[in-house]
Amino acid sequence: MSNASFSRGYQALKAQIDAPIAAYFSSCVHCGLCAEACLFFTETRDPKYTPIHKLEPLRKVWEQEYTLVGKLKAWFGLSTPLHDQELADWQEFIYNSCTLCGRCSLVCPVGNDLSYMIRKEREGMVAAGHAPDGQISAAKRAITVGSPMGVKFPALQAQIKHIEKDTGFIVPVNQVGAEYMVTLSSMEIMNYPEYLEALARIFKHAGKTWTLCSEAFEATNTGIQIGSSDIARELVSRLVNAAERLQVKTLVSPECGHAYTAIRWEGANLMGKAFTFKVQHILEVLEELRQQGKLKTEGLETARMTFHDPCQLVRRGGVIDEPRNLLKTVAQNFVEMEDAGKMNWCCGAGGGVGAIEQAHELKTRVFQRKISQLDAIKVETVVTACANCRITLEEGFEAYNREMPVLGLTELIAQHLVEEPATENAHE
Amino acid sequence: MNEVAFLAWVRGIGFQIALGIFIVGMVVRWLEIFLLGKKHDYSAPKGSAVQGAIHTIFSRSIPEKSTWQRSRVQIVTGYVFHVGLLLIILFLTPHITLFREFLGFGWAGLPNSVVDLIAVITMFALLVALVRRLQDPVLRFISTFQDYLVWTVTFLPLLTGYMAYHHLGFSYPTILGLHILSVEILLVLFPFTKLMHAITLFIARGFNGATAGHKGVQA
Ligand code: SF4
Ligand code: SF4
Repeated sequence: MSNASFSRGYQALKAQIDAPIAAYFSSCVHCGLCAEACLFFTETRDPKYTPIHKLEPLRKVWEQEYTLVGKLKAWFGLSTPLHDQELADWQEFIYNSCTLCGRCSLVCPVGNDLSYMIRKEREGMVAAGHAPDGQISAAKRAITVGSPMGVKFPALQAQIKHIEKDTGFIVPVNQVGAEYMVTLSSMEIMNYPEYLEALARIFKHAGKTWTLCSEAFEATNTGIQIGSSDIARELVSRLVNAAERLQVKTLVSPECGHAYTAIRWEGANLMGKAFTFKVQHILEVLEELRQQGKLKTEGLETARMTFHDPCQLVRRGGVIDEPRNLLKTVAQNFVEMEDAGKMNWCCGAGGGVGAIEQAHELKTRVFQRKISQLDAIKVETVVTACANCRITLEEGFEAYNREMPVLGLTELIAQHLVEEPATENAHE
Repeated sequence: MNEVAFLAWVRGIGFQIALGIFIVGMVVRWLEIFLLGKKHDYSAPKGSAVQGAIHTIFSRSIPEKSTWQRSRVQIVTGYVFHVGLLLIILFLTPHITLFREFLGFGWAGLPNSVVDLIAVITMFALLVALVRRLQDPVLRFISTFQDYLVWTVTFLPLLTGYMAYHHLGFSYPTILGLHILSVEILLVLFPFTKLMHAITLFIARGFNGATAGHKGVQA
């Protein structure tokens, strides 16, 4: 991020353009349908939030660098080259009003993967020095401290001690040869310590070996969110090295959508090689255990509940049935929101938007979409599987004066596990 | 140039020039896209990229539910003029005669009166699309000169064809010549404007579907 300059940004944009992007820009018919897919438009009705508009800088570079028409237009002075101010002006669209939720990519009739392009466009923004300050400092903390929120291992260690003392469960650290290496998001360490406790309970119940790694416990990847492959690669490599060193079978992504995308899909490509271990989201792990009969639950929640699908899980990860199968084992009154599953609406603060101060008001405004979705089905509790969605939901409900408990699915499952008599004795 | 010479020109040299530019343009555009390449994906697949691509190439023709609910007019208008254009191009008897000349085979056409009606409906749908482009805040905001240019060159063949069929406005050779000329303009602009989407949308859907399929998502 040092030495950012316009020309570096321009080169970065140029380097991002591949055959899919050329096909996408060639195909856009300016039908405007992507606008209605994006909650930043639907809740504000402001045309400037139309997804394809967010891609104007990248489109310009594509046209002028990679098409005959673009070259001719430039030659005859019919087009203006991209300039630095334009990139600066686009920060509002490329970052503040895009969570990379991927909804537009499923709606565009010609098949344009818009969020794929916006993700790539961010690479140019970082290189040009136009990423938002909040995200830049989070990324810097991630590199130097090891976590975007500045959480260091001793903080986690304190939490582990606490859990072990309170519950009697063991939270293994740096165990070579464990089946699962578990990772966390800082949000979970800071705000939802219940998550780690739930994991301890679940793995014990299922009789599986697991471990944390003291040098690589943070799974969120600010490099992916901000759009810097260099940072993303550095952060991913920490996890990869740890998983290889501890010789684990599976690296488990936490309840965080972007962490999953970072390690599951972008990780291997950033490293330039296939992983020797498997990567699964915690929900995929839980569903597998359930199917193997290793999760025995008892008791049913009676409250009317719904599940908020984190974008990166449904639209960029195909994790759709898993949370439903799991939730149904512990909830009696499970109802779906309209557009649930693949087309669920974003919470409004993914993709790093939550870390951008200037976006705070907008993010609260577009939360109206979630409120409308929830009001229509009159639920008492929302369950989700992403710490970032969770904090956004909580803040949103507060802003809209809604009493609505938000639960993490993993913890909910853990609460309903049948306690094995033998282990029960050991605890008491 | 008198009208007979004009008609002869658009049927002869004019057509050859247009077709030539069209073919060269298509090759250039194709290369422009595919020479850029795509990086190998090292992440372990969760589903099939090929199946995802094939699925999306077809499935994206049907709007997904929430889009349909939010953008009905836009979607219906789009369907009507696309289907209309296709039917007119492929099933008007004089067009089929032309195809037979070029391809060596033809097929049964629709009755002229039916195609005539389709032409009216199609022109109407295009007019609705234009009005929406001018009035809808999003469409007006994202529209560029090219959008209006492409609209015009799509509308003109319909209009001139309709006028030729009904002997309106000009002498028959003149209006027929204008009709052919308008199609030639369309051909020339096709590779270099968004008209190209008629071809590239399959590539776009394919790439998008492949990415989704690889991740186990049905796009
Ligand atoms: S929906 Fe697709 S074709 Fe329509 S304006 Fe958006 S990107 Fe372009
Ligand atoms: S990815 Fe989501 S937030 Fe971003 S432009 Fe598309 S619909 Fe809007």
